[in-house]
Amino acid sequence: MGEIGRSIPRVDAKDKVCGTAKYTEDLCPAYALTAKIYHAAIANGWVERIDIDDALAVPGVEAVFTCMDVPQLPFATAGHPWSTDPGHRDVADRLLLNRRVRCYGDDIAVVVATDEVAADRGLRAIRVEYREEPVAVTPEQAMEMAAQGGEPLHEAYADNILGRSQYQEGEWPADTEELTAAKGSYVCQAVQHCHLESAVSFAWQEGEKITVVSSTQIPHIVRRVVGQALGLPWSRIRVIKPYIGGGFGNKQDVLTEPLNAWLAQKLPGRTVKLCLSREEVFSATRIRHPITIDIETLADQQGNLVARSYNAVSCQGAYASHGHGIAANGMTAFRDMYRQSQALRQQALTVYCNVPAAGAMRGYGIPQETFATEANMDDLALALAMDPLELRRKNMMLPGFKDPVTGITCHSSGLEECLRKGEALIDWQAKRQAYAKQSGPLRRGVGMALFCYKTGVYPLSLETSSARMVLNQDGSAQLHLGATEIGQGGDTVFAQMAAEACGMRTEDIRVVSFQDTDVAPYDSGAYASRQTYVTGMAIQKTARLFGERLTGYAAGLCGMAPENLRVQGQHVVKQEDGQPVISLEELAQEAFYSLENSVHISAQTTNHCRSNTFAFGCSFVEIQVDMPLGQIRVLQAINLHDSGKLINPALAEAQVHGGMSMALGYGLSERMIFHPQSGKLLNGNLLDYKLATALDTPDLQAVFVETQDPTGPFGNKALGEPPALSLAPALRNALLHATGVKINSLPLEPQRLTAAFREAGLLEGGEDHV
Amino acid sequence: MYDIEEYAAAASLADALNRLAARPELKIIAGGSDALLKIRDGKWAGCALLSIHGLPELQGVAMDEKGDIEIRPLTTFGQAAEDTLICRHLPLLAQGAASAGGPQLRRMGTIGGNICNGAPSADTAPALLCLNAVLDLRSAGKSRLLPLNEFYLGPGKTALEAGELLCGVRIAKEDYQGYHGCYYKYSQRRAMDIANISCALWLKSIDNAVADIRLAMGVAAPTPIRLPQTERALQGLPLEQGQKRIANLVRQEIQPRDSWRASREFRLQIAGEIAARCFAAACDKIQGGKADVSNR
Ligand SMILES: Cc1cc2nc3c(=O)[nH]c(=O)nc-3n(C[C@H](O)[C@H](O)[C@H](O)COP(=O)(O)OP(=O)(O)OC[C@H]3O[C@@H](n4cnc5c(N)ncnc54)[C@H](O)[C@@H]3O)c2cc1C
Repeated sequence: MGEIGRSIPRVDAKDKVCGTAKYTEDLCPAYALTAKIYHAAIANGWVERIDIDDALAVPGVEAVFTCMDVPQLPFATAGHPWSTDPGHRDVADRLLLNRRVRCYGDDIAVVVATDEVAADRGLRAIRVEYREEPVAVTPEQAMEMAAQGGEPLHEAYADNILGRSQYQEGEWPADTEELTAAKGSYVCQAVQHCHLESAVSFAWQEGEKITVVSSTQIPHIVRRVVGQALGLPWSRIRVIKPYIGGGFGNKQDVLTEPLNAWLAQKLPGRTVKLCLSREEVFSATRIRHPITIDIETLADQQGNLVARSYNAVSCQGAYASHGHGIAANGMTAFRDMYRQSQALRQQALTVYCNVPAAGAMRGYGIPQETFATEANMDDLALALAMDPLELRRKNMMLPGFKDPVTGITCHSSGLEECLRKGEALIDWQAKRQAYAKQSGPLRRGVGMALFCYKTGVYPLSLETSSARMVLNQDGSAQLHLGATEIGQGGDTVFAQMAAEACGMRTEDIRVVSFQDTDVAPYDSGAYASRQTYVTGMAIQKTARLFGERLTGYAAGLCGMAPENLRVQGQHVVKQEDGQPVISLEELAQEAFYSLENSVHISAQTTNHCRSNTFAFGCSFVEIQVDMPLGQIRVLQAINLHDSGKLINPALAEAQVHGGMSMALGYGLSERMIFHPQSGKLLNGNLLDYKLATALDTPDLQAVFVETQDPTGPFGNKALGEPPALSLAPALRNALLHATGVKINSLPLEPQRLTAAFREAGLLEGGEDHV
Repeated sequence: MYDIEEYAAAASLADALNRLAARPELKIIAGGSDALLKIRDGKWAGCALLSIHGLPELQGVAMDEKGDIEIRPLTTFGQAAEDTLICRHLPLLAQGAASAGGPQLRRMGTIGGNICNGAPSADTAPALLCLNAVLDLRSAGKSRLLPLNEFYLGPGKTALEAGELLCGVRIAKEDYQGYHGCYYKYSQRRAMDIANISCALWLKSIDNAVADIRLAMGVAAPTPIRLPQTERALQGLPLEQGQKRIANLVRQEIQPRDSWRASREFRLQIAGEIAARCFAAACDKIQGGKADVSNR
């Protein structure tokens, strides 16, 4: 007891800091062959001919396979649980290697060699002839191209539109005279996850079984998709997930694994490694959807929202991956965060284009939606001459709210308290006034933004999770899960929750961190912000049962009724006075080796989670803008979160720091730049892609308002993605406050800023200006 | 894994020059922070490397009896940034070196490599141009002195001939004595980044007027450049007037590239602004102030 709310160090901290933790590449045997992918050098068209003779002649090259050789079994890569309803399955639009090239960098051939140098030499010796089609790098271009009769990216989608959805409530007001409007088109850019560890796997075939060791968030899903892509029964695939160096949603997609498994099948007895370079991670894995969102909001003079419209166009890229789910998720958040008295109109469109496929990335459509919505709210506050904070307080979601479509209900909300604390910490009222009228090249401003976030994916998707606990001879226990530690601290809070539920000490729970689909119980993996919630429920259920089995066995030994006993720390104790009856070590020794009653005490349960709940939070920032240089300096950045009860406050704080740093990059500097004609990614490396360094990162302040959510297994709610949501719009709103300039496109990079300042006449200071 | 066909480490400067004379196709590697990138991206794949790393003849910073300073090519960014002679007499070069990459890179990358790589963004180049640096270039049986200003031929192209090794960078006393100035690197990040545009300014004043000014920029042209027109226009002006005019003069003189990394208009805006800030900082130093303009 008392294991929840303890800031114990991460269970994997020492190994990760000292370098003893094993990641995929650490485990790959030195004798493994190296596979390297040949990527298309056009963005749209067909491979007509591919000449591999010279490549095969390179010393060290063992095999070359091309898009002409692969099985014609289209598969879907999104890390969603399989749906038994064909109508709800992910779009299967990809082959292991593609003859039909749909983006610059598409995978079209693969060289397998004894080492990397030979593989690279092989790649340079491949010659390809293409038939090129015109390139569309934006949704508008892709729809226009299809309208002009151009060949669609995927046959089944003649208009290049992958998905659309609509939602409407009420009648749009006919008379808007008395109302104040805020209207804007908010543009969110493409960004990449930039997880430290690359996308990497290695595989071999032994007998009937293909084993893939992979850096993935979703081992059980990888197993299924590899089976589907290779046309093999799923049980013939075994996926092992070691420690992973970050995923952020990119590894909630099946990436290198199917091709890697196929190579193992083609080269039986050989182990083949497929490790992408950083450049390949940029151009040939997944990205965050660029989405342009048009919002119009009408409010009465008191600032009550009357009517709202939301129109999103999402750029899917070349393959469906998580597809329209991202844009649709944004629609829901817009609908949920604020209420309106009269009308709501929503529409979202997801369009295939000739850029790398967009997939899941921390926030799943909500960073885009939050940027647009929260920028629009500040625009409205400005138009109403109202305090942006007051405007939000008037209109934001209240406890008891229920989404009309999903039924997800607001069971608990600490949002108002978050706002109050943030307001005080940043000294909101004083600074809003102090910075209202400034002159000169340096300006200061404060801004804020808020968000709501669904904890899990119920009822859209299946939420099943299993856990197993097994007693060790020394009285400790193993905890086996299908859910994965991906750097978020999962294993630590899993151990804490198991301990809390069975009565043991956290130190005595050994989480089996490596998932092996041959033995790990089923769980769809780590994604959304649901691990502590969904897997937590399974852990709680299992650990309670495990505790009962311990007391049950103890009862037999000492002739007491099991209901009069409980587990406490390292002992089974009497319920009434906590007096130890037997130590767990003695109990375990007896259970294992008893000549009368030997049992291997274990428990396994599945929990089918049928609930969901909203987490909340907000960001407050103060910035200084150097207008002639177009630079924003963040003076203070605070994130405030209601994530329900915190299982481990220190880890929660670290989670917020990580999310804020991602949001900072999203807001200020990160952007993938595609050549407008060729579709080639121009800045696909960490020099030209401006991921912030430690020196660019201000102090990040994390504050929590703890609520006790009635649906969470321990009162807990989402925290994985929420920290990445509200900082970018808060920065944009602070910039508006500082300079009066509305910048509606991300990132708020210097070149965009100086151009906007010039247009606003803010740079015309000196007479000497050209 | 790097595609290196052959690797040899020179035993001495003479050995290096002899090997280069025998096989001019050998690629020289000093710190390797540019060379390894070229190998990795395929440009130098399969190369034969000759390492000069660690050669004692090519290390160190020294002042001769005349007060001229010689910086040997294997001086790393980190050493240059902390060297007493450089910090005291050539502070703008120390700033340039300190602005490169991150701590690891600064222990690896060398001044010689920075010059010979010929990048328009090289962070030590603007300072060295302001200092009228002269290069000591040697090959087996031959040596010549070439002003740095004549060394750059285009992006990644230099006057270095096959078999030639940069053995020293010389700065005469009259090129630093009595000057004040600084280096400003404008980049999107505070570390691990290349400049969008950079500026070094070296100013000597008499009676609150410009007695001599040298202004050099990185990424303002295909190579690092001096700005002779601006320098001439500022010559003799009272400092106050120079401060007013410099931004505009810079924007009129340079022809920066329009690229996806930064637009021409943006580079012009920044170039004028940072030149003006460097000028202000130099004036401040002349008046005994300690203003730090660099954004680091
Ligand atoms: C992560 C990273 C960050 C970087 N950041 C910066 C930065 O901020 N600013 C910056 O200016 N640069 C930067 N660079 C580029 C690079 O570090 C510098 O150009 C550095 O000065 C190169 O020195 P080196 O000794 O490593 O050169 P090497 O790679 O060894 O050589 C570079 C080139 O010069 C030639 N060469 C080297 N020494 C001699 C010599 N004595 N005579 C003749 N030819 C020679 C080599 O043949 C090669 O062509 C960065 C590089 C990396 C990898």
